[in-house]
Amino acid sequence: MRMNNFLLLPIIIPFFFGMILMFGQKNLKYQRSFALLGIGLALISAISLLIKVKNDGIQKVTFGDWPVPYGITMVSDMVSALLVTTTLLIAIFVVWYGFGSITKERERFFYYPGIMFILTGVNGAFTTGDIFNLFVFFEVLLMASYLLIVLGGEKGQLKGSIKYILINVISSALFVITVAFLYSVVGTLNMADIAVKIADINQPGIVTVIAVLFLMVFGLKAAIFPLYFWLPTSYAAAPIPVLTLFGALLTKVGIYAITRTYTLFFVHDLSYTHDLLMALAVATIIAGCIGALAYHDVKLIIIYNIVIAVGVILFGVSQMNEIALKGAMFYLIHDMLIKAALFMLIGIVIYITGTSDLRKMGGLMNKYPALGWFYLIAAFGLAGIPPLSGFVGKLLIAQGGFEAGSKWSSIFILASSLLVLLSVIRIFLYAFWGEEKETTGTVDKKVYHTLFVPTVILVLITVAYGVGSEWITPFMDDAAKLLSDPSIYIDAVLKED
Amino acid sequence: MEIIMAFVIGFLFMAAVYLILSKSLLRIIIGTGLLSHGAHLLILTMGGLGGEAPPVLKEGAKTFADPLPQALILTAIVISFGVTAFFLVLAYRSYQELETDDISLMKGSDEDE
Repeated sequence: MRMNNFLLLPIIIPFFFGMILMFGQKNLKYQRSFALLGIGLALISAISLLIKVKNDGIQKVTFGDWPVPYGITMVSDMVSALLVTTTLLIAIFVVWYGFGSITKERERFFYYPGIMFILTGVNGAFTTGDIFNLFVFFEVLLMASYLLIVLGGEKGQLKGSIKYILINVISSALFVITVAFLYSVVGTLNMADIAVKIADINQPGIVTVIAVLFLMVFGLKAAIFPLYFWLPTSYAAAPIPVLTLFGALLTKVGIYAITRTYTLFFVHDLSYTHDLLMALAVATIIAGCIGALAYHDVKLIIIYNIVIAVGVILFGVSQMNEIALKGAMFYLIHDMLIKAALFMLIGIVIYITGTSDLRKMGGLMNKYPALGWFYLIAAFGLAGIPPLSGFVGKLLIAQGGFEAGSKWSSIFILASSLLVLLSVIRIFLYAFWGEEKETTGTVDKKVYHTLFVPTVILVLITVAYGVGSEWITPFMDDAAKLLSDPSIYIDAVLKED
Repeated sequence: MEIIMAFVIGFLFMAAVYLILSKSLLRIIIGTGLLSHGAHLLILTMGGLGGEAPPVLKEGAKTFADPLPQALILTAIVISFGVTAFFLVLAYRSYQELETDDISLMKGSDEDE
């Protein structure tokens, strides 16, 4: 039997570096350089894993050399390899950006180990092939996120993090309950084996109930309607680099989990489960649009845009055909990149003006033209104006929606892009145009450059993602095939090798 | 036996929900503790109560309890222990900083003021 431990590297490397970074916390040079080194090494291994998955198909490893349904299996397929690579790519820029933005006190008190452990958890959750192990990795990333959200101990942070932790403790308990129910029905925890067992018993009513419970559990993390209520206030409390990391990664883990369970397990009663998912996705977009247009706080506007994107991606998933799933994958990766870029741009604007209230900003275009133009590119990318990155995903999602016969909701998805554009252009109009306002913050040129350079590179990556989507398509094709046909995943995991 | 367990679990959930809905932060934390106790008992019950038989230790055992739910509970207990400890520290810290443990006074963010 051939073991392939290679796919564990993107999980183990951040974990290892997280451990060694817990020592020598007062030495900033060591903390910063080792954090970047760790993420860099993990990114290299993730990229080579991506290439290996592309060439050789799905990779898997079962711990302790147990036969497959009994041991804990880690599975790296195209979906998880793409997500792991994107996660680490974003993490590098967030850490780099953090050099100028996060305070020294935070850096000295376990900020970098927190980042490393959150990456361990996120990558593990993307890679695992065992439903209980998914719960464990969720807890790893949540524990790290508790640390990061409360680090600094400001009043607003404490208020926000209490809500955040309470919501997540309740949703973890629900997760355990749901896994218990599922175990009592199918008697296995291996995800491929669960899929086989559910197909064997042809998804009776109880399994559909479990499907809805899973939707609640992961929906709390992914912030779908009506479970998104906790997200805006909690996220707004965190400092910008942490907010970027949360906004780009954490809700996406929830989306990934919904996608995985709804394309692998619960595929026999589409008219109930997937129609419910579609209705919730549309409601999520509406709720997000209302929030994004209602607020004058730049952070909250972008945070509500996370909610909108969750709706768009899950709408693609709910259509359950290859084109829509390919669109959902395209849009998922796009959204991770563009949200990170936008939060970083917003962070620079807040740094310059010293406020996050739109009404107190204005006229930044005179002094910071480059910032203005890059913000505009990112805003257009978010709304999906061709050839920028959001376009291909949304096009495919709408096309898949039409093919599946959900005509009106597909039109609605397209129309919602206009509201997204309006919400982000409002920031441009208020902050960059108009009269120049008195700014309270003092701008240090050196700090400004540390913030600006990684942001620009990330915006350029999103542009490349949009323009070069033809080269990315083969990867997305593989991912979509895998999601639309559960038997590929099941065969790859359960076969003896 | 399963019926009794169902009542016990239901009672734990009831108490947990009651406590979580109260205003005092400390009561809420105790509520989350009870909630996870209920969830752990639920795993045990859902795995099928094995009676007095031990888990499988060697091949050819005729009667045995399913070892997996026990392993799951152990993991879940450790995790909820860690989270509760963190939550308690956070509650104490926010009591020092915000000078209240009343959750209704912790509304909104700083920007709202």
